[in-house]
Amino acid sequence: MSTVMLQPPSPCWRCRVTAALILAAVVASFAYLGIDFRALFTGESLRLMGQFVAEFFPPDVSPEFLAKAGWGALQTLAVSALGTLLAAAAGAVLALPASGRFGHIAQATSRFALNFLRSVPELVWAALMVLAAGIGPFAGALALALHTTGVLGRLFAEGLENAPRAPEDALVLAGARPVSAFVYASLQIVLPQWVAYTLYRWEMNIRMAAVLGFVGGGGLGQLLYFHLSIFQQQQAMTVLIAMFGLVALVDFLSGRLRRGLGSAYA
Amino acid sequence: MLVLAEFKPWALFTSGNLAVMGGFLAGFLPPDGSPAFLALLAKATLETLAMATAGTALAFVIAVPLAFVTTRALSVSRIGPGPGGVRAGVVRQAARSLLMVLRAIPEIVWALIFVRALGLGPAAGVLALAITYGGMLGKVYAEILESTDTRPARALLEAGSGRIAALCYGLLPNSAQELASYTVYRWECAVRASVVMGFVGAGGLGQLMDQSMKMLNGGEASSILLVFLALVLLADALSNMLRRLLA
Repeated sequence: MSTVMLQPPSPCWRCRVTAALILAAVVASFAYLGIDFRALFTGESLRLMGQFVAEFFPPDVSPEFLAKAGWGALQTLAVSALGTLLAAAAGAVLALPASGRFGHIAQATSRFALNFLRSVPELVWAALMVLAAGIGPFAGALALALHTTGVLGRLFAEGLENAPRAPEDALVLAGARPVSAFVYASLQIVLPQWVAYTLYRWEMNIRMAAVLGFVGGGGLGQLLYFHLSIFQQQQAMTVLIAMFGLVALVDFLSGRLRRGLGSAYA
Repeated sequence: MLVLAEFKPWALFTSGNLAVMGGFLAGFLPPDGSPAFLALLAKATLETLAMATAGTALAFVIAVPLAFVTTRALSVSRIGPGPGGVRAGVVRQAARSLLMVLRAIPEIVWALIFVRALGLGPAAGVLALAITYGGMLGKVYAEILESTDTRPARALLEAGSGRIAALCYGLLPNSAQELASYTVYRWECAVRASVVMGFVGAGGLGQLMDQSMKMLNGGEASSILLVFLALVLLADALSNMLRRLLA
């Protein structure tokens, strides 16, 4: 009777080399940065950190500061909503050529524009827009709109490409003008998806709008930056709580709205 | 809403703003290529990459134990009635809440706070990345582990093996690839985030860009933007390559 010997699996050299390279990169990063973590965790610095954290409590709840934080929260909400709306409009306009409806040259150009808009982060756009439009929430809304146009335009274009063309072709063959054929056929198919994407980006933009204030984009971020700069930690804590509440509120609202669009988009 | 957001498109075309923006944009060409600035730029780029790598590594260290605790598929007490069910539930819920708190505040806010506590420099950025990304990685790890086939792990646990053995032999063979690829993807996000965090003083390319923009030096700003775009493309390509190697 012969016994079957199970061979141990051959060692995966590719995995080992990759793991070793990753480990080397991590070690090199820590060495390059030269952060003294031991100094970070000595009794003295831990005590200072504890003191710093304690300064955040209790949050400032005086009526006048609450009014100021409420105004900041409203401004942040407005910046995110306006930026997202502008981006949805611009994204829809750019998505038509980007989905290849007007030939290859228009497609390549609009895709390049969308890629460029998307690859510059919101905060960099905000720093530029503060120069172009002055410090304030309008700069923040423009910055959000520019970056989100890149994101939404690409998603909208992909939605258009994947939608079936048969209904629109049928209308065109039946003698409808191209614009009305598009509006009554393809647009109806992609619209719920477009709205769902826009609401989803709004959720992300409310988080971004709250921090755009760091470079002068208005709203809660500007308040937080200001109060941390002059070492008023208790006021900063109130702003942090307001940010948290605002994000939770928008998540809830957007979730409800998307559920209204149908179970596929919830 | 338009009033709240101070919606004034004409502000874009007032002569003062046009002059500032025009001068700044005119300075974009040619990008600054002096050797002294290029050396500074190379140093900042390396610092950004190192921040992202170190931050992701620390986040991994935070995420693994928390994911190990929160994964329901590895819970012995959930298999059947027995002692310790309530205590295990409380511990799991506590770890879950900790993960939520860690990722609730965006990394740039953590960076702003740490810069106040630790001073300007990459240390604040690394810690901010570690905290936020630790929370995200921990949550996603637990979700990936629960979304794979959990029957092997359950069989091991029922046969009396320990939790670590059940993780290594029951869950990891099915999900290791997905876990690795998500971690690499997060590293790619960390590269982008560490550039942005520089704007609040956490070192790297962002801090350099902030300085150039405040001094309205268009040439420097355009060089930094070019390097930033190249860095994002590079991180993208590297992350694709790593994911293929780990597949």
